Amino acid sequence: MAERRTLIGLSGITKRFGEGEQAVRALDGVSLSVAAGEVVGLRGPSGSGKSTLLNVVACITAPDAGILALGDGPVWEGGHYTDPDLRALRRTRIGFIFQFHNLLPFLDATDNVALAMTLAGKELGAARARAKALLAFLGVEKRAGAMPARLSGGEAQRVAIARALANDPPIILADEPTAALDSERARSVLDLLRRVAAEREAAVLVVTHDEKIFDRFDRMVTLRDGRIDAVA
Amino acid sequence: MNLALRDIRHRLGRFLITCVGVGLLLSVALAMVGIYQGVVAEALTLTRSLGADLWVVEAGTRGPFAEASRVPGDVREIVARVPGVAAAGAVTLRTAEMAAPGRIIRAQLLGYEPGRPGGPSAIAAGRGLGGARFEIVADARAGLPLGATVTMGGDRYRVVGLTRGLVASGGDPLVFLHLRDSQELQFKLSPPASRRSAAAGAGAGNTDTVNAIVARLHRAADADAVAEAVRRWKHLAALTDAEQSSLLLRSVVARARVQLGMFTVVLLFVTAVIIALIIYTMTMDKLREIATLKLIGAPDRTIVGLVLQQALLLGSVGFVAGLSLLLAVRDRFPRTVALGPEEIAVMAGVVAVICILGSAVSIRAALRIDAQAALGG
Ligand SMILES: Nc1ncnc2c1ncn2[C@@H]1O[C@H](COP(=O)(O)OP(=O)(O)O)[C@@H](O)[C@H]1O
Ligand SMILES: [Mg+2]
Repeated sequence: MAERRTLIGLSGITKRFGEGEQAVRALDGVSLSVAAGEVVGLRGPSGSGKSTLLNVVACITAPDAGILALGDGPVWEGGHYTDPDLRALRRTRIGFIFQFHNLLPFLDATDNVALAMTLAGKELGAARARAKALLAFLGVEKRAGAMPARLSGGEAQRVAIARALANDPPIILADEPTAALDSERARSVLDLLRRVAAEREAAVLVVTHDEKIFDRFDRMVTLRDGRIDAVA
Repeated sequence: MNLALRDIRHRLGRFLITCVGVGLLLSVALAMVGIYQGVVAEALTLTRSLGADLWVVEAGTRGPFAEASRVPGDVREIVARVPGVAAAGAVTLRTAEMAAPGRIIRAQLLGYEPGRPGGPSAIAAGRGLGGARFEIVADARAGLPLGATVTMGGDRYRVVGLTRGLVASGGDPLVFLHLRDSQELQFKLSPPASRRSAAAGAGAGNTDTVNAIVARLHRAADADAVAEAVRRWKHLAALTDAEQSSLLLRSVVARARVQLGMFTVVLLFVTAVIIALIIYTMTMDKLREIATLKLIGAPDRTIVGLVLQQALLLGSVGFVAGLSLLLAVRDRFPRTVALGPEEIAVMAGVVAVICILGSAVSIRAALRIDAQAALGG
């Protein structure tokens, strides 16, 4: 898989929070690349910068220095974004499974998934049909009409996964997606992400503490104090 | 899918309570506009209902509403002969208290000659005045039923007809009576000293005095030209209907109008600020949802639409609630609350503008919300 296209490329990414004495170096010269079809695990102690790294890749957090490239070319370089419409980039090219799901409380499970597609231009009827299919695929079809407040942690997690996959993004990011799941579900979620990576040539980057699923990754990256510690 | 409606449906109770609050506020604002318009409308109902094209009054005055005016009754014949005049009638005007069984009614008495200009344009119940004496036609606002009797100057008058919506600029109901009755009443109600001197034949000794002559003009006649012709008589002044109307608004009810107008503006300003604050609170309540929308890549258009649509919906529901409330209670107001389709349409527009401008601050704030605000527990 040496010649696979690199979809996520970070080079010397640095991110500092705060000023002066209290400044925290959340990321300190991180270089990392994830190729199409590759599933990479990101681990490290709490506060080591894992979430910050994911947010930088998703263009939610702007780095201070370095180069971020997604697919075709750099999106962050020389201290600024090259594409002004980051949200268009996010809704079409990135699927993000947030640690706390971030479902919209006023939409049921189906429409939470469908919204991601209508925002990307899909017609509502077709979006809902695909949303239902994705929910069925993830085993939560019975909860398709439920509001997020009525979903269990695991159900909400799977709805969030369905939403992240909805637009077939080439880049999938997940922040502790299996934290609310039992180990069997956790493995099946990882297997699902592996399948998406394989079938759609997507690059998948997953933050996890969960040792039970470490074997499901092509590669593990460890962060410590904002630096990449070791590559397994 | 419409996010604004879906979000409202999700917290419907709260939204409706907010609408009730906005509705109450708007009902007060609408009432104020109606009261203001009512003062303006009432100031003009008298002149409008008489259908007078020209008011002939005492020289040097701008009577009979803005200033006192007295002219001899026979001036009516002079005016009637002026080219362009179709008909002329002498009228008297004075406020008086009528004693009805169990209460005193303050009214604007208008004496005229039945068959000549000066009477009510329409009778709502009963009949107009005929030749008989001691009859009155009263406005419904006086609260007198047909056939009731009232006492003025020691004489008993019977209500033979009712009008609707005819009031003087101060809000008192109009009461029409025969010119002769009104002239006698004028004499009886004037101070005893002047009464004695008049009875003794002192001074002019003429009881045929009226306050104004109202004239209707031929269709083709030019009111200003006729007024000019009348003014050639040294002891007469003339005002066209347009002049009389503007005098009423700019002089007679000017203070009341400006007072109410200023308060209306203040109230609309306060309404705008409160609605803007409510929209801001509604938006900040959704901070996490808006940040989430940004996380999943929703464009600004989606977020602007969410805030703006909710603001307009809040304004519409509140407006309808406020308007319904006011229309339900407006007849209990002692004076006219004039809220016609035109005022309602204008106010709907004002509320829409208030909602759009009030959203501006919230939209700015919503667009500045950082997507990261949705991350974390
Ligand atoms: N928005 C922020 N503002 C200030 N400090 C932050 C912010 N986000 C993260 N940090 C800090 O950056 C460091 C890395 O955080 P994070 O990426 O959340 O770690 P992890 O996900 O590995 O637990 C921590 O010290 C954290 O306190
Ligand atoms: Mg984290």
